[in-house]
Amino acid sequence: MTDETGSRLAPALEMRGITKRYPGVVANDGINLQVRPGEIHALLGENGAGKTTLMNVLYGLATPDEGEILLDGVPVTISGPADAIARGINMVHQHFMLVPVLTVAENILLGDETMANRIFLDRREAHRRIVELGRRFGFEIDPEVKVGSLSVGWQQRVEILKALYRNARILVLDEPTAVLTPQETEEIFGVLRRLAKEGHSIVFISHKLYEVLEIADRITVIRRGRVVGERLPNATDEDDLAALMVGRAVQLTVDRGESHPAGPILQLAGLEARDDRGQPAVRGVDLEVRAGEIFGIAGVAGNGQDELVEAIVGLRKPTGGAVSLGGQDVTGHSPRQLNEAGVAYVPADRHRFGLILSFPLADNLVLTSYYRKPYARGIVRDPAAIQRDAVTAIERYDIRTPSATVNASTLSGGNQQKAVVAREFDRDLKLLVLDQPTRGLDVGSIEFIHRQVIAKRNAGTAVLLVSAELDEVLEMSDRIGVMFAGKIVAVLDGRTADKNEVGLLMATGGAERAAPAGPAAPAIPT
Amino acid sequence: MTTPAPAPAPAGAVRPRPSLAVRAWAILAVPVVVTVLSLLVGALIILASELIVTGRKFDPFLPFTAYAALLQGAFGSPEAIVSTLVYTAPLVFGGLAVAFGFKAGLFNIGVQGQFLVGALGAVIVGVALADAPAPVAIVAATAAGILGGALWGFIPGFLKAVSGAHEVVSTIMLNYVAVQLLAALVSGPLKVPKSPSPVTYDVGNAAWPIVLGDTGHIGIILAPIAAVFVWWLLFRTTWGFEVRSVGASPDAARYAGMRPKALIIATMTFSGALGGLAGTAVLLGVTHTMTSSFGTTVGFDSIAVALLARSSPLGVIAAAFLFGSLRAGAGLMQINAGIPVELVDVLQATILLFLVASPVLRRLLRMRGVQAGITESSPSHALGGGLAD
Amino acid sequence: MDFTTWINGLYGIPVIGLVFQLAGYLVAVIPQNSPNIMQQATPLALAALCGVLCERSGVVNIGIEGTMLAAAFTAWIVGVAIQPYFGTPNPTDLFGLTFPLVIALVAAVLVAMGISALHAWLSISLRADQIISGTIINIAAAGLTGYLNQLISQNSPAGAGEFARFVAPTALTSLPIVGWLFAMILNQGPITISVIILVIGCQLWLFRSRWGLRTRAVGEHPRAAETVGIDVIRVRYRNVILGGVFAGLAGAFLSIEATNSFQQNMTAGRGFIALAAVIMGRWTPIGSFGAALLFATFLQLGQLINIAPPSGQLGSIMASVPPQLFDALPYILTIVILAGVVGRSVPPAADGQPYVREAAS
Repeated sequence: MTDETGSRLAPALEMRGITKRYPGVVANDGINLQVRPGEIHALLGENGAGKTTLMNVLYGLATPDEGEILLDGVPVTISGPADAIARGINMVHQHFMLVPVLTVAENILLGDETMANRIFLDRREAHRRIVELGRRFGFEIDPEVKVGSLSVGWQQRVEILKALYRNARILVLDEPTAVLTPQETEEIFGVLRRLAKEGHSIVFISHKLYEVLEIADRITVIRRGRVVGERLPNATDEDDLAALMVGRAVQLTVDRGESHPAGPILQLAGLEARDDRGQPAVRGVDLEVRAGEIFGIAGVAGNGQDELVEAIVGLRKPTGGAVSLGGQDVTGHSPRQLNEAGVAYVPADRHRFGLILSFPLADNLVLTSYYRKPYARGIVRDPAAIQRDAVTAIERYDIRTPSATVNASTLSGGNQQKAVVAREFDRDLKLLVLDQPTRGLDVGSIEFIHRQVIAKRNAGTAVLLVSAELDEVLEMSDRIGVMFAGKIVAVLDGRTADKNEVGLLMATGGAERAAPAGPAAPAIPT
Repeated sequence: MTTPAPAPAPAGAVRPRPSLAVRAWAILAVPVVVTVLSLLVGALIILASELIVTGRKFDPFLPFTAYAALLQGAFGSPEAIVSTLVYTAPLVFGGLAVAFGFKAGLFNIGVQGQFLVGALGAVIVGVALADAPAPVAIVAATAAGILGGALWGFIPGFLKAVSGAHEVVSTIMLNYVAVQLLAALVSGPLKVPKSPSPVTYDVGNAAWPIVLGDTGHIGIILAPIAAVFVWWLLFRTTWGFEVRSVGASPDAARYAGMRPKALIIATMTFSGALGGLAGTAVLLGVTHTMTSSFGTTVGFDSIAVALLARSSPLGVIAAAFLFGSLRAGAGLMQINAGIPVELVDVLQATILLFLVASPVLRRLLRMRGVQAGITESSPSHALGGGLAD
Repeated sequence: MDFTTWINGLYGIPVIGLVFQLAGYLVAVIPQNSPNIMQQATPLALAALCGVLCERSGVVNIGIEGTMLAAAFTAWIVGVAIQPYFGTPNPTDLFGLTFPLVIALVAAVLVAMGISALHAWLSISLRADQIISGTIINIAAAGLTGYLNQLISQNSPAGAGEFARFVAPTALTSLPIVGWLFAMILNQGPITISVIILVIGCQLWLFRSRWGLRTRAVGEHPRAAETVGIDVIRVRYRNVILGGVFAGLAGAFLSIEATNSFQQNMTAGRGFIALAAVIMGRWTPIGSFGAALLFATFLQLGQLINIAPPSGQLGSIMASVPPQLFDALPYILTIVILAGVVGRSVPPAADGQPYVREAAS
């Protein structure tokens, strides 16, 4: 992992003048990128900057309109993923490309099978190679385990094994740490450094500045489809990179001000809930969120956060314990009852829950209040009232749209989320439940939504914020609860919480225990 | 991280409203082109089958003879037109049944069964009240027909909501059960004693009144009223909004405080009621008695009607009229040209086939700005989990 | 005075007596009718194999019913067309094979593959709604076969005949206790005998071969499969068209093995019952075959009860029930099983969802 910036070696990968246009937008505009052998090269840019498009071009999933790709100095045309893999290019996608119901071995073999004869697989030989490969990079893995039962960190390793099994020379990782704890991140970094030392070239895509500074040998920053700068980690800092990435000086941390919490609003007592397969997922959560504070819940994805949120907002029936709102018992109440009692909920997946994409924006803005006055009289709807209030909301929440009658699907991600926020925030609330409210948004939209949340808190609303992105929880929360294996294992003060401390709690639950549902976890390197 | 979305158009930029002719063409182009193409294919099939079937002299003009007879049978006389309308009415009810289900993401293939059970309900009450005052008998028998269909729609709706049994399989199975149920009752308790063949008594005073010509029963007035009512229900009421929400995104509907399971049951029940009304229209409006082989092609024609209408309640009227004309004219076609009435089934299937393939068709014919054949009406997203979601 | 009436008298509870009578009836009747049950199961099992192959790759095919019907018609009509050119055929000893019969079988399979290719094109390439595409195939098949059948059967021509059954050595079939199993499996025509081989072959193929692994991946997470270089569209096409082979065999069975004629809508919902068998068999070939056997038993019982009702009290109760209700039994059973099983049976995750290539988006 030595810095060989001055080396004259031909780049393992060079992308020259890549331009890719989509209808109405230039996703990549003359991008140049050079990755040397044995180098970890970070590609930094915010959501929507064009990083993914560039990597799709490299992986043969998109054909560039202009520009060329060179491998070891030789121009090549990459016709598709199979071609890319054959040339030694492999990608670890942000959303893992693993089939949960297949085993580790089956996932690794898929597409590049080890055959016993022309028809049937040679499972024994495949197992041997997988186990051996894992050992070489420092972990024991059972090839017969179903991938769906592994923790996120282990799934990440399977993804990397998949690439190594195919003799990858160039490994592209798209936001690999988004869902990992700081400790898991460290472990993956260890693996990556080892790979680089063995001569693999690594492209590391991220929008997290401190990570990029830690792992990269060189950093290329792109914004709105263009390369806006190239930096060496020892010659730059977070402020410089942030300004490059966003195009203006940005405040890296939100100024959330002082909180003035009042009496408790949301109280959970021994709450229990099961997941879709009927397994206990929330195992006795006690929690209190007070008026005028933001309570953040940190945790590795899959530790019961989804079920907890759903049990609170009425989408899932609790199997035990009690939920009370402002002193009144609301256990098992329906989403509508809770909504009317002053609970608002911004779901993690706005496409699946928050919006009906094939409906007009105006209908989406009344999705939770369509049956009330003034939007309906009896069972008859009042389109004029719906339209009138939609126009007001579009203006107040700065939703960029040609009109209120276009379908929600035509809006950009940030504007879709603004529509959800407009609908949920625009009334007096007791409790606001936010599940990953800024996932996949650009910096401008994130700032806007964070400001709105803080305004709600200052107006005396109790806010419960759940996010798999530890950074967001740390940034926004007045108090932080760490969730592990269906329980809140610790509650910390938001101003003093230490990132590593929280990360360790997320990974181990504070006890010397293995991560849930994973195979025997190796010792955490120090 | 996704590909950047296209920049939204600046606020206030409103596209000029296209002229009426342009908009009409955008909606009608595909159905019209598809129908014409299907008639051409039908002509080819007639010619080909002439060659295959031996013992007949080859007549290159047979398709013209056949289609002329078809037209004459459907529109050749005032009686023919009334008969076309009488064929159209149950197709409107059945088409609305399927279209309403589509809007909620449900594929009701069981209109055939709901049609039969509806007719069964109408005949049971109609025979019992055959001598009662006409208004009472008509209303009671019609209500019984609607209830019968509603019951046959409720069952698959309930099973889907409670256990997840997919409505496509369960409604088809219920079609077969309905056939057997009807046969058992008509040759058993409902049979006229001493009648040589299984047949019920006449419904007498419960028969629907004739309002046009000799055969035009009141169903031809009720059908368009029903279509407008369904449109109003879907697009102007909160219940319709809930139904459409569940169809477009069950998860979002649940999040919004709606109750998808209750809505699935209610939708299937309402859809079944419309299917039952179709059977009632044929029984109380046309046959007045029931034989053990009672049944028409209305059930499956209804699916074609709803698809051709793209689930639009008002479009159902037009689509039902098209298929009603084909059915009404088919008899004369068989007599004059010797073409089996089953040709109408073939035409119907070809129309649907071209409709589904209309993206290709539009490319071939370079028709821009024309709406696709089957798009928003598709229930595919609701069927995401295959047949056992 | 037999065992069951004795039980009746002992307990004085008629229900228990009836249960014993029913059990006795089933034990007596099922082994005796096992070859017939196997024949009832054959089209269901073959159609279910078609369903398993399609759905494992992510394509719902409710057009199996229509595909079978078209294949049944083809097998018969091809026989009618070519029979005159072969004079009086000389059937072989094994299965009574004649040249026209073999051609009829091949034609049926080819037609079914063609129809499946149409379904693949509509639902994979055009991304039409898969249920609608399948429904259109059903309507088209019923319409076209009905139309042609009306035209042709006016002269009521003879087809190519039917396959003969293999006769296993009586030393095997007369074995005590297990003899009837041999009779069930071996005393059959060629299509029926091949079912067991095909089921086992498909099971191995799906869970042990490269194609099977890719099929399962494509049906669960097509994007993941594409990122490792698998052509999702091609895998789906192949599976759907291969599935057509089985639907074709199922159809041919109806018109040239079980009978030697074609009747309008002779599939009678078997294609749909097969879909329920797929779900009940949890999308595995062997599981669906088991489900098909169960459905077949009820189909056979529905007929048997009308022909040879059980004796005693049970028989007199059954005689008072309209026979049509026994005919409805398999369909009711399908609904009941579907409702009971579905919740615990998880379909392939991408089942029924069209796939859009990432590159194209």
